[in-house]
Amino acid sequence: MAISVRHLSKRFGTFAALDDVSVEIPTGQLTALLGPSGGGKSTLLRIIAGLEAPDSGQVEIGGLDATSLPPQRRNVGFVFQHYAAFKHMSVRKNVAFGLEIRKRPKAEVQRRVDELLELVHLEQFGDRLPAQLSGGQRQRMALARALAVEPNVLLLDEPFGALDAQVRKELRVWLRRLHDEVHVTTVFVTHDQEEAMEVADEIVVINHGRVEQVGTPDELYDQPASAFVMGFLGPVTKLGGRMVRPHDLELTDQPAPGAQAATVLRVTRLGFEVRVDVKVGDEEVWVQLTRGEAAKLSLKPGDSVFVMDAGKEIAG
Amino acid sequence: MMSATGGARRRSGTAVGLGLATLYLSLVVLVPLATVAWRSTSHGTDSFWHSVTTPEALAALRLTMGAAAIVVVVNVVMGSLIAWILVRDDFIGKRLVDTLIDLPFALPTIVAGLVLVSLYGPTSPLGINLAYARSGVLVALLFTTLPFVVRTVQPVLLEMDGEMEQAAASLGASRLTIFRRIVLPNLYPGIAAGAALAFARASSEFGATVLISGNIPFKTQVASVHIFGLIESDNATGAAAVSTVLLVIALLVLLALDVAQRWAVRRG
Repeated sequence: MAISVRHLSKRFGTFAALDDVSVEIPTGQLTALLGPSGGGKSTLLRIIAGLEAPDSGQVEIGGLDATSLPPQRRNVGFVFQHYAAFKHMSVRKNVAFGLEIRKRPKAEVQRRVDELLELVHLEQFGDRLPAQLSGGQRQRMALARALAVEPNVLLLDEPFGALDAQVRKELRVWLRRLHDEVHVTTVFVTHDQEEAMEVADEIVVINHGRVEQVGTPDELYDQPASAFVMGFLGPVTKLGGRMVRPHDLELTDQPAPGAQAATVLRVTRLGFEVRVDVKVGDEEVWVQLTRGEAAKLSLKPGDSVFVMDAGKEIAG
Repeated sequence: MMSATGGARRRSGTAVGLGLATLYLSLVVLVPLATVAWRSTSHGTDSFWHSVTTPEALAALRLTMGAAAIVVVVNVVMGSLIAWILVRDDFIGKRLVDTLIDLPFALPTIVAGLVLVSLYGPTSPLGINLAYARSGVLVALLFTTLPFVVRTVQPVLLEMDGEMEQAAASLGASRLTIFRRIVLPNLYPGIAAGAALAFARASSEFGATVLISGNIPFKTQVASVHIFGLIESDNATGAAAVSTVLLVIALLVLLALDVAQRWAVRRG
C-alpha cells in the first residue's frame, strides 16, 4: 500500500528532527530513506509506524489517515536495527507472536511459521533462542516475524547497521531478492549510500529534517539537485570551482580541446582503481582511473598531463 | 607459546579463586550450618523429633511459614510495582523515594520494631493497634522485606530492551498482552530472586517482630523467637532442631522458586 506523508514536523526539545516533510511512497516498491545520522530519517520511519507522534502533519497508509492510530492498528511490520528479538521466546515463538495474538488456528500458525522460516532460511533454527543465533540470523528472524502478520507496509530501521561488512552485503542482496518475491511496500532507513543505491527502487535523501531530493538511484547519481546530494551519493572533486565526479575526469598526455594542463602529484593504487592527484593551476583535483588507463599513461609524480571533464556539469 | 602460558596462568588463577571461594564459603556458611544440623541430633533422632513436634514449635513454624508466604506474595506485587514506577515513570521526589527504599536495610531491625510499636502499638497515633496480633507480625515482615523485590526487579527493568515492547505493539499486541507476554517473562528471574530473598528474610526475622508481636505462644510467636526462648531455657539441642527444620524449609523454598522461575521463563 502507498504511504503518503504530508507536512510532517517533529521537534525533540529545540532540535528539529523533521521540518515540514512531505513524501509519497508508491505501492509495492522498495524505497530507501537515505541521509546522514541525526538527519531525521529514523524519526520519519517511526512516525509512519506510530512509534512516535508528530507535532504536526499527516500520515496516510493505503489512502487512510493513520496519523492518530496507535501502532497496533496500522498493520505495519517494523524491523529494528538491534533486532528487538523477544529473547525469552524460541525463534518459532517469535515468528508466531503476531499470529497467536490474532488468535489464528494452531494449524494455520504452524504452517505459516514453517513457510516464513523457510523464506528466511532459518528452518533449522526454529527451536533456538535468539541468543543462540548470529546477528544476521536474528535480523532474518525479525524480518520473518514482521512479515508473519502480512503487513500493509514493511518498515526497516537501519536493518543491517549492527552487522559486519560481509554479512551486510549478503543480506542486502537477499533483501532485494526477498522483496522481488514478496512485493510488500517496503521502506528502509540507511546512512549507507551504496546500500541504498544497490537495493532501492527509489531513494529519498533526507538531511537536517528536510527532503533534499527524491528519485531513482540513477537520477540521484546523475542529476543531483544539490551539492549535498552530489557529495552524499558518490565521490566528488572540484575542477575550475565546479563539482565533478572523479571518474568523469579524463587524463591524456596530449593537449585536447577543453583540456587543462596539470601536474601529477601522487598516484595511489586501490585494487582495480587508481587514484591520481593532480594540480591544475593552484587547485588540487583527484581523478579516478582504471588500472588499464593508468598503465597506458604510465604516470609518475611530476609528469605533465591534461585533464578534461567528460561528464555532465553540475553547478556547485 | 605465549597464548599457551597465558591460558595455563588463567587456569591456575581460576583454581586459586575457586579454592579461596570454597574455603571461605565453608568457614562462613557451610560449617556453621552443618554444626547446627549436627547439634540438633546430638541427643538422638527421637529427641530431635520431640523438639520439632511440640505444639508450641509446630505453631511457631506454621505462623512463620504462613506469614512469610503472604508477605512474599504481597511484596512481589507491590515491590515490582514500585520498581516499575521508579524505572518507567518520572515524578518529583523520585530520587528520594529511590533512597527511602533501602531504609529497611539500613535500620537495625529492632529499631524498626520499635518504630512499628509506636506507630501501630497500643498508643498508636493513628488509632491502629496491631500489637500482640498476627497482623502486627505481617506488617513488620512487609516492612523489612520490601527492598528485596524492588532492588532485584529494578535492574532487570532498567536493562530491558524497550524495543521489544515496541515490536510487540507494531505486531498488534495490546498493552496488557505486551505486559503479560513480553515484560513479565523477562522480569521473572528478578522477581524470583527477590521473592527468594524476601522469603528467607521473612522466615528468619527476629528484631522487627519481637516487640510488636508480644511473642504469645500459639498466637504471635514466630520461629526465630521460639528458638530464642529454647536457648534461654537451656535447651540448645531443641533450638538447633527447630533451626534445622527452618533451614530445610528455606532450602526447599529457594529450590522451588528457582525451578518455577526457569519453567516460567521457558513457557514465555
